[in-house]
Amino acid sequence: MVEKAVALSALLFVLGALGALTRRNLIVMLMSIELMLNAVNLALVAFSRQWGDLSGHIFVLMVIVVAAAEVAVGLGIVISLFRNRESVNVEDVSLLKW
Amino acid sequence: MIDLLFYLFAAFAVAGALGMLLNVRNTVAAALSLVGTMVSLGAIYVLLDAYLIGVLQILVYAGAIVVVFLFVVMLLNLRQDTFSPERLRGTKWLSVAIGVLVCVALLLLLPRGLGPAAEIPADFGGYRAVGTALFTDWVLAFEVTSLLLLAAMVGAVILAKRSID
Repeated sequence: MVEKAVALSALLFVLGALGALTRRNLIVMLMSIELMLNAVNLALVAFSRQWGDLSGHIFVLMVIVVAAAEVAVGLGIVISLFRNRESVNVEDVSLLKW
Repeated sequence: MIDLLFYLFAAFAVAGALGMLLNVRNTVAAALSLVGTMVSLGAIYVLLDAYLIGVLQILVYAGAIVVVFLFVVMLLNLRQDTFSPERLRGTKWLSVAIGVLVCVALLLLLPRGLGPAAEIPADFGGYRAVGTALFTDWVLAFEVTSLLLLAAMVGAVILAKRSID
């Protein structure tokens, strides 16, 4: 069960990474990052169950808090970006790209 | 029975993730697919004896975070999105190598396994056990979290404000 959960976690992380790398819509990229954070949470919960140690659960709580903060700030950036550029495509905001 | 439930929810989670990833026309539907993934993961947490985490997963992710996503998507009235294959052409072999590496790691992990899971007390993962750990061993991390949330709140208000007086 724990091994299967870790395998599922790896699969979800890869899907999230794929979304973050291939999609150009900033909102979908943020959602993919949420998916990657969730995959990490699943691995933490699975290993916590394996070793019978609750520290993993505490770590998951911290990750959930960081994810919520990230969404609040990230979507604030998306809104102000849309207000200035009328777009949420990352190709339209490449001023800082080398 | 538990294995069957695990496979069921794992299939839902992967289907939701694929639905979010492949849906390029409708961002609202992508966000709703993500809700499916979050709820399935909450059920899997319960199967792994993480009861409090499972409840928080559904409350915070499916109930709060994805709702904020939906709110912004509907506020901005987005057009359709595209993949960008021409940017990825240079990294094709790198991604193939990483994919093979992950598959090999999983194939090594799955048959050997991690050994039997530890014996756990009856209230493992319940609110009492997690709360005790949170407010004794990890109370500093908990307090720092409040600072992070305050910073995020101020940052979000400043960023989304039309003009700063």
